[in-house]
Amino acid sequence: MAGGNTKIAVLSGKGGTGKTTIAVNLSAVAGSVYADCDVEAPNGHLFLPPEPETITEEKITVLIPSVNHEKCSACRKCVDFCKFGGLAFAGGRVLVFENLCHSCGGCAIICEEGAISEHKKQIGFARTGKAGTVSFIGGSLNEGEATGVPVIQNIIEKAENKGGLVFFDSPPGSGCAVMEVVKACDYCLIVSEPTVFGLDNLKMIISLSNLLKKPFGVVINKALKSSGIIRDYLKSIGREPLLEIPYDSNAGKICSEGGLLAKEDAFYRSLFESLLEKIKITEGED
Amino acid sequence: MKIALPVSKNSLDAAVASSFGRTEWFMLYDTKTEKAEFLSNSASSLQGGAGIKASQSLVDGGVDIVISPRFGENARDVLAGAGIKAFKSAEGGALENIKLFLSGSLTPLEDAHPGLHNHGRR
Repeated sequence: MAGGNTKIAVLSGKGGTGKTTIAVNLSAVAGSVYADCDVEAPNGHLFLPPEPETITEEKITVLIPSVNHEKCSACRKCVDFCKFGGLAFAGGRVLVFENLCHSCGGCAIICEEGAISEHKKQIGFARTGKAGTVSFIGGSLNEGEATGVPVIQNIIEKAENKGGLVFFDSPPGSGCAVMEVVKACDYCLIVSEPTVFGLDNLKMIISLSNLLKKPFGVVINKALKSSGIIRDYLKSIGREPLLEIPYDSNAGKICSEGGLLAKEDAFYRSLFESLLEKIKITEGED
Repeated sequence: MKIALPVSKNSLDAAVASSFGRTEWFMLYDTKTEKAEFLSNSASSLQGGAGIKASQSLVDGGVDIVISPRFGENARDVLAGAGIKAFKSAEGGALENIKLFLSGSLTPLEDAHPGLHNHGRR
């Protein structure tokens, strides 16, 4: 897009490769929006604590069916329609299993008797705040809920309303929650690490970026000179890493204390600044 | 009376399977005819809600009694909703467990586990 990328998804299939480290540091050097979409285990706020007086919080709710047993004709169409096992029919009554419901609303539409209405259920929250020069957006999903996608959608909407440069700190994996983030972005910044697991998951995320027609770039984190597993793969598909972040116990120590590498160490500040410039000007290559 | 058990294979010498919702087969034993039939469990490959769908098949199959080593909370709720009683299986094969049940030697299955799949995940 003209003027470069503004919505950057920081991704990795494997957990623990350094998505959050890279997303918070890029946000800090850019003074941008940081949106923590890892709602099952949010931790960006440990590095960018939003100041209490600026925090706004919103409950995230989904719609769950309620059955009016007086109106129900026991036709079972709703039970047969539900693909998530959220409904069952036993003892002449429709039973609702709220923790399996994906809130698609199909049961209420398919019911010819008007016996199904929907009520709101809170599944988590989203919040916004200011952390120094960074605009912080995040949220959390309650334990045991079927999907974090509604919370993530709310976070994405808040980030888009804010405008400007946004780093979306994605959940790990390559499932629905991750696709939600990829769909919203202009550019996929993939964080990998030189392990077999890291490589396997890198390939999955590259496939996902290609499937959703998003340009991507790869950062190798925890890189050693001797470990060419990611470098060799990228070479085989005609690509180079945007950046290699060295395996460094001092960096690990700073992160483990909730410190920002870009703030604590001039070497890392320049690394993240150069990465930021590359991302901003990179045009779609695939 | 119809008795259902999760079983390891579709033959009379099958063992009781370790999982209820994700078992490959159910043995359905009719005490009137003293015959067993086997029901393929289509719920076994579901991403979530297998206990509910498996229970639903048994409810629809007119089962009265379930014998299983364990089941989840959701399966318990569906079975209980249909008035199906559940008993805890003992060591030994499916047919032995049916005999044990008919002689009154099995105890009700009371402790439902809180689910093994997709709790708190995607």
